Amino acid sequence: MPPFNTGISGRDGYTVTFMAVETHVLDDDCVALSGWGRTAPTLARVFRPRGHAEAAEAVRARAARGSIGRGTIARGLGRAYGDAAQNAGGTVLDMTGLDRILAVDTTAGLVVCEAGVSLHRLMAALLPLGWFVPVTPGTRYVTVGGAVASDVHGTNHQAAGSFARHVTALGLLTADGGVRTVLPGTPLFDATTGGLGLTGVILSVTLRLLPVETSLMSVDTERAHDLDDLMDRLGSTGHHRSHAVAWIDLLARGAATGRAVLTRADHAPYDALPRRHRARREPLAFRPGRLPAPPPYVPGGLLNRTTVGLLNELRYRRAARASTGRLQPLTAFLHPLDGIPHRNRVYGREGVVPYRCVVPYGQEEALRRVVLRIAGRGCPSSPATLRRFGAGGPGWLSFPRPGWALALDLPAGLPGLGVFLDTLDEEVAGAGGRVCLAQDSRVRPEALAAMYPRLDEFRALRAELDPRSTFTSDLSRRLAL
Amino acid sequence: MKDAFGAPQSLLVLGGTSEIGLATARRLIARRTRTVWLAGRPSPALTGAADSLRALGAAVHTVPFDALDTDSHEERLGKIFTEGGPAGDVDMVLLAFGVPGDQARDESDPVAAVRVAQTNYTGAVSAGLVCAGALQAQGHGSLVVLSSVAGERARRADFIYGSSKAGLDAFAQGLGDALHGTGVHVMVVRPGSVRSKTTAGLAEGPLATTPEAVASAIELGLRRRSETVWVPGALRVVMAAVRHAPRPLFRRLPV
Repeated sequence: MPPFNTGISGRDGYTVTFMAVETHVLDDDCVALSGWGRTAPTLARVFRPRGHAEAAEAVRARAARGSIGRGTIARGLGRAYGDAAQNAGGTVLDMTGLDRILAVDTTAGLVVCEAGVSLHRLMAALLPLGWFVPVTPGTRYVTVGGAVASDVHGTNHQAAGSFARHVTALGLLTADGGVRTVLPGTPLFDATTGGLGLTGVILSVTLRLLPVETSLMSVDTERAHDLDDLMDRLGSTGHHRSHAVAWIDLLARGAATGRAVLTRADHAPYDALPRRHRARREPLAFRPGRLPAPPPYVPGGLLNRTTVGLLNELRYRRAARASTGRLQPLTAFLHPLDGIPHRNRVYGREGVVPYRCVVPYGQEEALRRVVLRIAGRGCPSSPATLRRFGAGGPGWLSFPRPGWALALDLPAGLPGLGVFLDTLDEEVAGAGGRVCLAQDSRVRPEALAAMYPRLDEFRALRAELDPRSTFTSDLSRRLAL
Repeated sequence: MKDAFGAPQSLLVLGGTSEIGLATARRLIARRTRTVWLAGRPSPALTGAADSLRALGAAVHTVPFDALDTDSHEERLGKIFTEGGPAGDVDMVLLAFGVPGDQARDESDPVAAVRVAQTNYTGAVSAGLVCAGALQAQGHGSLVVLSSVAGERARRADFIYGSSKAGLDAFAQGLGDALHGTGVHVMVVRPGSVRSKTTAGLAEGPLATTPEAVASAIELGLRRRSETVWVPGALRVVMAAVRHAPRPLFRRLPV
């Protein structure tokens, strides 16, 4: 910032110069943004394009500023925990303005929509037509563009793969201001799916849908009394259910270490509904409930060993030892926590740090060590899940790969957590696994090369496509992507 | 960029030979810091400090910087922020320079006393504003200002130093409020008497601390995005009482 000259001459003839520090936010559009984890907020100018032309204009303006500007990045509903959709000192494109569903083909099961449409809205629009989003993450409050850029996965990864598998075309706004149609099988598609928005701004997505007969899931539940039992049950074949996820109690110690409640589910067919079930009249109803939100200021430390231990105990004992075919609304099974708005507030102002890792099959010992370390340390994680991934997608920076996927959320205020998670990273990387970049807020940049072997290709493509780094995020700066 | 725990990847230490500054740099290098700028008067001590940090695996640059030469601050410090380009952000600035002065001598030597005030206050105001502006332009970063409990209430024994730190402390608090909502975080650190090479052999109070303890308090403060940090923490309570002690009583206290 240059000093401004007031032009006042001092008594001795020297000029009095004041340093200009702007004592207010640069202008009204500048907002401190953070991820869902509410850690490491940074300031950016937020621009909300209402159409493709406005978005292209904004990108062209940033690109023209070159290295003086600090680039731009697209942001959806801000559900990524880390700094993937932040851009300190630069521009953030709030994509939620591009929220039109452009076309639905109900015979072929295809939808074309703008990138800012949320999965919630897509479900509300498509479910009555008998179609459903094929892959949904733990929340439906994500945009379609964000789902592609993070290449999200669901509990049905083994059967359905990640989100990108169901995308048949993308409209991508690149650094030159042009809009390209990107098709699967091309390097740009592979770089963009899971590419964290760094190849361009996704403007529209064509998605292949899943036909469903009801908005209910048929759920089987079983308990696993320890980690080995859980891995046996998760790995056992002969189950036809497409969704499988285990909620795991990481505070249980001793013989109970890794005890879990395992649920498997499928979309319930209409014929499977009991004869006088009310869903028979309205099988495709989509009416998710909503609880009141926690207050804006919650003291930290609410989720500690005692409270999470109690919750875990309750949850384990409440679960059926073994039950099959229980009917549950699909939102309750797929997005159990979406009913609580702003649920990230319960971690207090220090926020929450996610840990999402996958350990390849054959490296069960490494997974066991990771779980033992977490349990031994007594990390209060609620919820924590373990699931199995099937074949990975083509995305170069896409997280899913075949293996055991462990997901936990930890309060950022735990003493020594940063160092502890670094040791887990070493364990995971040593076994050939990886951590999820889209949710990351803390991984050591040096650890990435081992986790993502195609990182160099990604960097090369980015350097060619966007030589002036028009698309930049805090995450890309932190990890030198 | 800082990670979720507030650990910076790059660090600028103003006062590159400061023991607290170097202890903090060592601690942060053990976490995420890979680039360090040590700003100070060129001297063998500064080169030695840079070498000691390099041995820990960080890329260390030394920058000629003199707190008293306020005219050069804009250029010298501004260059650090611009030369790295967008990828070379400075995530944290540690304002660690300062001179304790010699109270007994300075009382009869106003020129020396003014030099203490200029270094600790005027120099810090200038350098602090330059860095604050640059951090604001990059939209993120922490400015950590080393104040002192001596600035909380003036003592007979060191009121020249104490008054300069009082000014710095008030400046840093105001700057923190001015920058609130801009993505820049200003943290005021108030250590008690710090055991160091310069104080070796002197009698120390019950709440004395070490550069390493200050460094760990800074790391914790970064994670919590604290605005004021006392080292040791008990000083917060002690100084709350000391601040309100009546003058006739305070004068008689053996502090």
